[in-house]
Amino acid sequence: MDKRVANADTAIEKVTDGATILMGGFGTCGNPENLIAAVMRKGLKNLTCVSNNVGMADFGLGLLVSEGRVKKLICSFPGLNKSCEQRVLNGEVEIEINPQGTLVERLRAGGAGIPAFYTPTAVGTVLAEGKEVREFDGQKYLLERALRGNFAFIKAWKGDRWGNLVYRKTARNFHPTMATAADYVIAEVEELVELGSLDPDSIHTPGIFVDAIFQGTKYEKKIEKLVLRKRA
Amino acid sequence: MAQAKMAQAMDPKEKIARRVAQEMRDGYYVNLGVGIPVMVADYIPEGMEVVLEAENGMLGIGPYPYEDQVDPDLINAAKEPVTEIPGTSYFTSADSFTMIRGGHMDVTVLGGMEVDEKGNLANWTVPGKKLRGVGGAMDLVSGARRVIIAMEHTTKDGQPKIVKGCTLPLTGIEVVDLIVTELAVIEVTPQGLVLREVAPGVTPEAVQKVTEAKLRVAENLKTISL
Repeated sequence: MDKRVANADTAIEKVTDGATILMGGFGTCGNPENLIAAVMRKGLKNLTCVSNNVGMADFGLGLLVSEGRVKKLICSFPGLNKSCEQRVLNGEVEIEINPQGTLVERLRAGGAGIPAFYTPTAVGTVLAEGKEVREFDGQKYLLERALRGNFAFIKAWKGDRWGNLVYRKTARNFHPTMATAADYVIAEVEELVELGSLDPDSIHTPGIFVDAIFQGTKYEKKIEKLVLRKRA
Repeated sequence: MAQAKMAQAMDPKEKIARRVAQEMRDGYYVNLGVGIPVMVADYIPEGMEVVLEAENGMLGIGPYPYEDQVDPDLINAAKEPVTEIPGTSYFTSADSFTMIRGGHMDVTVLGGMEVDEKGNLANWTVPGKKLRGVGGAMDLVSGARRVIIAMEHTTKDGQPKIVKGCTLPLTGIEVVDLIVTELAVIEVTPQGLVLREVAPGVTPEAVQKVTEAKLRVAENLKTISL
């Protein structure tokens, strides 16, 4: 079994206009940079993108939005992205805001065969509008539906030909959950390693969830905001 | 006297952060929001181990990096690179919100736009203003054992932020436990807001004047001591 593909362009052969794509990352940390760039190159449009943030206007998902490729965004914090704001306020891009915990739990449920769940988050707020409320043990909860994608773009640190993945530090964030919640999951890694070289106790995403894997190149890894500690 | 003078020279945000730091205890797991809350980390007493959580999947947040330590894979919830400390752990966003929503955080400190008499909180958006998301704020207030709001007492235009009823879009219903401003420490109780402490040289009447909600003055009213 060999899930390796040559590169991002090969990996996205199945991705078509109108697809729903889950994209891991928190801000610009742990972005599937090669896959997003491949989507740009392929000219794909009318996409629904699920991602915690939209990040910077000229990078990653922010660039897809600025370039008019995205029809709908499901996110928790679009971010200080003027181009994104413009397109949403114009009505060109539909946006659905989910609390971050709700977003990740919807994805977890989507990957775990759980169609819906109750959460206390957002009860009594504008984000509860149109949602069923139920009381358990004297406390109110909102009914939320599972969320899945046609595709998931996963960025990991190392992986093997079975699709086992290891992430690095806070670049992990949404990836392990998104890797369970799409019909076709593509992982880009910084290093493809020999099968058997990853410590089984340390694998973060077992390969069962991954459909295709490739070694990415030229990661920019942008930093949104830098505060340095001064040496005495 | 000298202490009062030192306190007066301090920036209001620093006063607030220093007072909130007094609520920390050794062994607490704490989430500090962006803005004034994150400044609390600078005033945790030497030797007290408080484990700071970043919603993006880290427990045990260290100081900002020196230039040669910057790692783009190691950021906090404000998307700034940080460093590790002994005991740091990394985990998924799903596990992070298990900690947050599942009642595992001892304290969450957030900023505020409005807090009302019932402890309702509005701190994520203003109607009519540009597009804003909510991030983890609504989850943070739904799960923490204690919610502290660290904010300036009034808006830039001098309008009260502690109101009778929130008019801005809510973050959470009856979630706030304690409000700390540069003027006062106010506890939210089922019977309403109780003024527990006032800043040096500030009277309860002065605090009530810039507070829309009714404040009941605690019998053992204290002076904030920084």
